[in-house]
Amino acid sequence: MTAVLPQVDRGREQQPRPRPARRYPLSKLDNKVSPYLFVAPFFVLFGAIGLFPLLYTAYVSLFDWEVGADDPAFIGLDNYRTLVEDAQFWQALFNTFSIFVLSSAPQIVVAVLIAALLNENLRARTGWRMGVLLPYVASLVALTIIFGNLFGPQYGLVNTVLSAVGIPPIDWQASTFGSHVAIASMVNWRWTGYNSLIVLAAMQAIPREVHEAALVDGAGPLRRFFSITLPMLKPTLIFVIVTSTIGGLQIFTEPKLYEPSGGSGGGAEHQYQTVVLYLYQTAFQGLDLGYASSIAWVLFLIIIAVAGLNFLITRRAVR
Amino acid sequence: MRQRWVSVLICAAVSAAATTACGSGGASQSPDGKTELTIATFNEFGYEDLFKEYEAAHPDVKITQRKTGQGQPHHQNLFTKLGAGSGLADIEAVEEGYLSQVMAKASQFNDLKEIGPQIEDGRWLKWKSDAVTTKDGKLIGYGTDIGPLAMCYRKDLFQQAGLPSDPEGVKTLFATWDSYFAAGDQFVAKVPGVAWFDNAAQVFNAMHNQHQVGYYDRDDKLVVESNPDIKADWDAVTKAVSKGQSARLAAFSNEWNTGFKLGKFATKTCPSWMLGVIESQAGPENKGKWAVADAFPNGGGNWGGSYLSVPKQSKNAKKAAELAAWLTAPEQQIKAFKAKGTFPSQVKALDAPALLEQTNPYFNDVKAGALFATQAKKVTAAQYKGPKDGEIQETVFSPALQSVEQGKNADEAWRTAVQGAEKAAK
Repeated sequence: MTAVLPQVDRGREQQPRPRPARRYPLSKLDNKVSPYLFVAPFFVLFGAIGLFPLLYTAYVSLFDWEVGADDPAFIGLDNYRTLVEDAQFWQALFNTFSIFVLSSAPQIVVAVLIAALLNENLRARTGWRMGVLLPYVASLVALTIIFGNLFGPQYGLVNTVLSAVGIPPIDWQASTFGSHVAIASMVNWRWTGYNSLIVLAAMQAIPREVHEAALVDGAGPLRRFFSITLPMLKPTLIFVIVTSTIGGLQIFTEPKLYEPSGGSGGGAEHQYQTVVLYLYQTAFQGLDLGYASSIAWVLFLIIIAVAGLNFLITRRAVR
Repeated sequence: MRQRWVSVLICAAVSAAATTACGSGGASQSPDGKTELTIATFNEFGYEDLFKEYEAAHPDVKITQRKTGQGQPHHQNLFTKLGAGSGLADIEAVEEGYLSQVMAKASQFNDLKEIGPQIEDGRWLKWKSDAVTTKDGKLIGYGTDIGPLAMCYRKDLFQQAGLPSDPEGVKTLFATWDSYFAAGDQFVAKVPGVAWFDNAAQVFNAMHNQHQVGYYDRDDKLVVESNPDIKADWDAVTKAVSKGQSARLAAFSNEWNTGFKLGKFATKTCPSWMLGVIESQAGPENKGKWAVADAFPNGGGNWGGSYLSVPKQSKNAKKAAELAAWLTAPEQQIKAFKAKGTFPSQVKALDAPALLEQTNPYFNDVKAGALFATQAKKVTAAQYKGPKDGEIQETVFSPALQSVEQGKNADEAWRTAVQGAEKAAK
């Protein structure tokens, strides 16, 4: 692709450039200004509902700002200082990363495998492809409630099955690792099919000729998968990994609804309270908007850092 | 000329479709001069017919109800708009669990003694109106309903354990918390696989609310650590947990519902509205097994019930207060009780025949109305609630007790709770 573009550019340069006519200043203005006008709606909207809240949150985070306070006190970076020493925040951050790794890592591996399967000559191909998307269509809330029941510590189906095969039941609410596995399984259930369809689309864009050439050279299916398919999926994998990083670090609904009594603590000892859940609890139960805003900003920076890191690693690893 | 005709035609068509006024200029049906009062409630207050009655008696008033399904979003909306400074209804309902947060913002509500109509002394149970009176004597809400506490128990399981099971006999078991936990020991020894109560927090909260002083003293100082009552309750409940008295089922969770169905615990702290919860969760197959006694350890208690308040944002505060006062008069509350079963907080309403004769077939035709009226009168005083009282109960102590049920050391959990309370109160 990149090799083709400069040629096109050169071809253009040879053509005589259309000179703006001096006699029509309005048309000149039109040429210069209207493109900006055309893209303006996006930037205006983004400014109003993306950028403004972002900056305003940064502003609020510098205050001791309780909901309904008449005159919030400016406290500079105190909220951030408190945050650094807040054990609950670090625990929430650990939980978030633990759930993120438990969900994203297996998810992407499985998604690529499913995509490879779907890429074969299957009977009722469209049916299978639509099938893997079904969990994504189902309501997230319904899904979470069902999984919450399955992982019920005392009367849940998972523990019943475990007991039946002789494994002692696990307290999916009390155990840190257990609760993370339960929540990660909800995320995996929902997103694996979605990601595998994206990967599948990318797989089908891989030219047949490359595969055929490898086949002629005597490469087996495994060799072709690792040496052709995977490297050519690189841009798509980067996309999938970056989006799942962003989504994974913002996980909220699953841990919120996993709490049996409907609280926002993420378990009796915050075993599965994620950063966004802690933010929500601080803002809407504690009504402490200043502190919640500082959590939001730190989370924002962490997501950018992790997404960037993932981008770099993926670019190196998949060559 | 022609254009005129067209506009008349359009006008006729529109008014036929939407029955809106279409006159030219300010002739007949401009805004009708009525005062519009909005009232925001949640769940079911049973007010629908009362509104019609009030509108009929006051032709100058039009009432609009904003009804939210659940309490939580209703109160979230209340606090957000209180913060925003606009957007609240003229009358806002406040549930007892959120009252401490509202009292902390009392300056944003009208003093009903000042703007409201003259109300006879002693309309409400004293503890009910005391809870909504600020330290400087302002009344910021009129009481609607309450949730007096009694004790519900499984008759069949009591018999199995060799405990007395008739309503009179169980009274000795439910006389004090000591006798309650002692009976629990006896019970779990006899009936394996069944616990004494559903979870520790439900018992602890009921015990806690009986004390004169709770998490805060009257100067809004946090006294979690220095108040000996709290630690004593903590020790009693966690000791019972260690002996297997708790079914470890978080309240209102799915597993809690299953616990009712399977009969996994033998007693339940029971506000008046809990009877409906038990009936729907335990289901018809357990009909007659549950009973309710007019007894509660160490006297009485209350869980739930609401108030009607008039925020300062209201532009028709005086008329809103009039309506709220009328709605919370005993005669009206009894009608709401008949409509939706909200248990009245008004002294006179507690003696109304409609209430005293009410029976509950699911609980062996017990005279539930009379029973809970007796229980309501046993409550002695309202505990003073500090600004973060509700938060400390819901997000600090209840989870800490749950962690003990999940196997955490009780002393460690106590330290976590104390730290959590300090953080919440900061």
